[in-house]
This record gives sequence, structure tokens and C-alpha cells, in this order.
Amino acid sequence: MSAPSPVAPRPPVDDAAPPLIEARGLTKHFKVGGFFSRRTLHAVDGANFFIRPREIVALVGESGSGKSTIARLLARVYKPTGGDIIYRGRRLSGMRGRSQNLTYHGDVPMVFQDPFSSLNPAYRVSHGITRGLKLHRPELDAAGARKEAERVVEAVGLTPASEVLGRYPHELSGGQRQRIGFAQALAYRPKLILADEPVSMLDVSIRIGLLNVMAKLRAEENVSFLYITHDIASARYVSDRLMVMYAGHIVESGQTEDVLSNPKHPYTQLLLSAVPDPRAPLLVDATSDKGEPPRVINPTEGCRFRWRCPYAIDVCTTVTPELRLLGDRHTAACHVAEPDDVLAGVEYT
Amino acid sequence: MLQVRDLTVEYATRRASVKAVDDVTLDVAKGEFVGVVGESGCGKSTLLFAIAQLLSDPAAITGGSVVFRGQNLVAMTAKQLNALRWRDYSVVMQSAMNALNPVTSIGAQFKDAMEAHAKYSNAVIHQRSVEVMQLVGIDPVHLDSYPHQLSGGMRQRAMIAMALLFTPDLVIMDEPTSALDVVAQRSLMVQIKELQRKLGFAIIFVTHDMSLVSHFSDQLLVMYAGQVVEAGPTRTVFDSPTHPYSRGLLDAFPSIRGPRVKLTGIPGAPPDLGQYIEGCRFAPRCTDAKELCHTTSPGLYRIGAAESRCLQYSPDHSDAWRVASKEAS
Repeated sequence: MSAPSPVAPRPPVDDAAPPLIEARGLTKHFKVGGFFSRRTLHAVDGANFFIRPREIVALVGESGSGKSTIARLLARVYKPTGGDIIYRGRRLSGMRGRSQNLTYHGDVPMVFQDPFSSLNPAYRVSHGITRGLKLHRPELDAAGARKEAERVVEAVGLTPASEVLGRYPHELSGGQRQRIGFAQALAYRPKLILADEPVSMLDVSIRIGLLNVMAKLRAEENVSFLYITHDIASARYVSDRLMVMYAGHIVESGQTEDVLSNPKHPYTQLLLSAVPDPRAPLLVDATSDKGEPPRVINPTEGCRFRWRCPYAIDVCTTVTPELRLLGDRHTAACHVAEPDDVLAGVEYT
Repeated sequence: MLQVRDLTVEYATRRASVKAVDDVTLDVAKGEFVGVVGESGCGKSTLLFAIAQLLSDPAAITGGSVVFRGQNLVAMTAKQLNALRWRDYSVVMQSAMNALNPVTSIGAQFKDAMEAHAKYSNAVIHQRSVEVMQLVGIDPVHLDSYPHQLSGGMRQRAMIAMALLFTPDLVIMDEPTSALDVVAQRSLMVQIKELQRKLGFAIIFVTHDMSLVSHFSDQLLVMYAGQVVEAGPTRTVFDSPTHPYSRGLLDAFPSIRGPRVKLTGIPGAPPDLGQYIEGCRFAPRCTDAKELCHTTSPGLYRIGAAESRCLQYSPDHSDAWRVASKEAS
């Protein structure tokens, strides 16, 4: 079907550009149990990361690792327990007033996982888009809003736009609905789209189409993406940088190809070895691992992967590893991981 | 051991009847692992339910037979089926969270299943329950646990343990790993394969993820719009897919290894089965479709070890492709 081989280019990202959004020590704890319970679930602990303009950053991890919590923190659905989110140099916690909040929500919209429940079945497609336009871009008159709605629908690959806008969600396929999800987000002229598992509910044969839409929006509309997924192969397909989460910690981060070709953290290694690949022989080395993620309730110090880790040493049970620079823009939170040779003898701070 | 012949399942709807499974033929030998792959709505789950005789209104088998160890299941009464169910063939459902009863313990559910077939003493039931839990690698203390106390992977294992209570000849699995993470998924797949080798049961395994079964299944069936479009030994289908749909499906997976290539997936969406489709059902999405594809329905044509439902392999019509490829070269 697809003619293989032209290598999908990754458009250059300006490495020197100041980050669009940055998280510093971002932490979210949830209280679990009854009213008098003192147990807290550590969904995200001390996450530090940033996203540059025009960059697609993938966040991968198993369910319960805290990746959706990060998206919701960035979308201001949750208030962080600790740490800060800095958007274009300003702390989110310092934002006050409706207009500032509105601007932020327009700049950083979210696309949800389930296209079947995220569109209102009682309204035509145009309703969701024009409503968002009225709120976020009040300067547009009715004709202008209509034109803009047609533009965003076409930008996500749905034509003819005027006809699609007149349809109801049930008249669209899953892939088309999810494209509408992206079109709604796009209508606000966003800077960063938070895409939380946007393709996991879709059929395999149409997933690629959506990923291509993301790549296209980045290239043509200059939007950054935080692409949250458990599918590493799709993360590799679209992303520039990759962050791996495990039990509330970001355990590895780096340029996508570097992380995948030279994974530093034992968890990343395990994850990569488990991806089914019909083109490669089956790897059955680490099969004793049952793949049970820990529940991070009232955690103590130490690496959260140590129970499953084949390389765990004494220090892993007492000291929580921090992200260390181990290669070119490549960090991992592991006591055991070795740095690349090029870094030998070089002091990094 | 299991012979499915020309099986057709229709859903009666107000407008028209929808043929969800259309003329499917499939053989499962003793101890074989048969994978069934396809997109949602292609009829793969309906096929499983039809084989297990679990269809309920408005779906009904309207043609064909399911012969299991010499007996036609389609013609059996509910009472006759009850004797076979779970003892001779069992089903592992997609979502263990919904398939297990949330208000009784795992052990009690095992007991229920066993007592449905014969009177056993509590000691025998307990002993067998402990055995199957150990088989799937769960600590038998969890027999007293309730489903919500187990993780997703453990629930799915408990389901498999339950399916093995009587050591059936055939275990039918409907996407048992789709709710799991990749690490848990691989571990479960390896374990299923291991159990199969130990106990010798046959498996029909339905999944939407073609790459998942690549290393595990012996035979592979690719379904599209209710029909089998390609069938054959798994390795053959993966190494040289013949149907444009199987090829497209394989190309729709980005790889984590090797060069990064731009993929296009398969354009369009699966057809609405409620409407009559003339010609090949895949033709509207096929990049290789010729004019006659839109008018002539293809049959299953044998090529080598596999079968393919594509007109280019038809002895009567293959000229169209031969001419086209000659012109291209």
C-alpha cells in the first residue's frame, strides 16, 4: 500500500530557542482511601521537563505511570501539589483572572483519547468549533468564524470542509472524529496541543493517518505537541524527543533516536524488548517479568523500578536516582547506567 | 478437531440484515494456535461467538456448520451445549474486569464453573483451583481475593486459569491482552504459549494487533468486512502477504527498529456492512484496484500455502494485472 522508503524527515527544531513550556519539580499527589486516610498516591513526583516551540515530545509509559496526570497538570485540570509550570516565562500559579486563564487554555488545548465520547452527539461538528472560536477569538464575526472553521477542518485532512461541518458525530468514522478533535484544538491558534493517547482507540489502519496529521500541523501551523502514548513505535514515528515515565518519575529522556537505539534505563530496555515486531525474531530473555507496575502509595526513598530491575544494587534501595546526563542531550535516572564514551572525563553540571 | 464450514452470521436490524460473518471456513487441528486478525467491525469477535455458540439476538447463525470433534454445534440444543461448554471448550473474554463477577471471590467463581458440570467435593475443587492458579503463575492465596484486588494482568491470568479448569481441547480467546501494557502483554503471550505446549489445547486467538501474534500463531486468518481475505501459515502471511489489505495492515505499523519510513496507512474506513457492496469489499480502499474489482466479487484463491481473496490471483481475471504490470515495466 504505502510506498516504503522515503525517510520521513523531522523538521529542524531550534535547539537554542527558549522553551515554550517548562515544568520544574512538578508533583501531584492524590489522597486515597477514606476521610481519615493518610495514604497518598504519588502520581507524579518531581518532574522536570520542557517543550520547545515546534517540537513534538512523546511521553511514554505504562498505564498508571502518571503520564495522563502530567497532561492534566499542564492543561490546568489539576492543581499541582508542588513545583511549577512556566509558560513563556510566566508561572502558571501566578496567573490570575479570566482573561489570562482563557488565553492559556486557548494556547494549550487538549485532545482526548476517546473520539466517541469527546464530541457532543446532539450538535453538528461546526458547533464545537465555532463555540470555541467565540470564546477564544471573539474578534471574528460569523462569516469569519465559518471561514476559520472550514480552514481548520481542511487542515486536518477532512474535505469538503463545508459538508463535514454540517454533519453529526455519528455520521463520522472514529478516525474522522479524532481529526475533528484536532481541528477544534487548532481553531484556537494553539502553541502546544496536549494529545493524550489520541490514536489508541482507533483502528490500526487509520492510526498512521492521524500521526501524519500531527506531523503536518507541526510543520505547517507551528504547533508543538506533547504526545502521550504507550505505543513506543508510534512515538518514534512522530516525535523529536522522548520521555519515559515509570511510577510517577521521568526515568529517561533524550532525542528519540538516541533513546531507542541506546536506551540507558533498565525500564526503557525492558519496554523496548517487549514491543512485538514481526520483522524481528522474538526476544524471550526477560520473560520472567510479569509486567506488574507498582502502586506508588506513600513511597519510601529508592528507585521505584528496583524490584523488577536485573541490575539493582544496594544504593538503589536507599537513594532515589535523579536524572543524570549520560549522552548527548540524553538523561536517565539510574544509579547503574553508564555514560557514553564521549562523555568520559567530561564534567557536566 | 474443529471444522468451521461456510459459517454465516447475520444481525437482524430494522433496515436490513447485516452479514457480520460471511462464509467463513476455518480448521483448527489439535494443539494448534490459530490467529484471527482484523479491524474493529470486521466480524472477528462475532466469528468467535458463533463458534462458541454464544450469539444472542439479534445475531444468529444463518448458514454453515461448526463441527467440534465430530459433532455439529450449530444443531445442538442448549442442554447438550452446556455439557460441552467449559469442559471441552472455553472462552477467555476481552475484558477480564467485566467478565469476572465483581462481588464474589475468584475461588467462588471457579467453584461455580466446576459445579455446573458435576458434583465435586470442596476438597477436589480447592485442589484443582490451586493447580490452575499455579499454572498461570498466581499465588493461590488470591483464590480468596475479589477481582478488584487484582491487577489487570492478574485478572486476565485468573480468567485463563478459569478457562483451564477442565483442561479443555480448545480455548477461544478474544483479545485477552488488549487491556494490558506491552511488558505484561508479552509475558502473558509467552505464558499462554507455554501452557499450550504443556497441556496440548488448541487456541483460536482474536486480535486487532497483527504483530502480536506473529511469533505465536501457526495459522493466520485476516478478516475484512466479514470475510476471510487471507489465510495461511503465519510466517508465509507475514513474509509475503498476498492480499492488498494484509499488506496495508502490515505497513500500518511503524517499527521501532530499522530506518524510519513515512507510512500512509490504509486510506478510507471499513465499509458499512448494512449496505450491499458490489465487487470486492476492499476495492474502495485498495490502491491496486482495477475496474473489474468494483463489479466482480473475488473468491478465495490458493497461492502456494496461502489463500487470498483478491481477483489478481483468480485464474479468470489475473490478465488485468499481468497487462498492467507489463505496461508499467
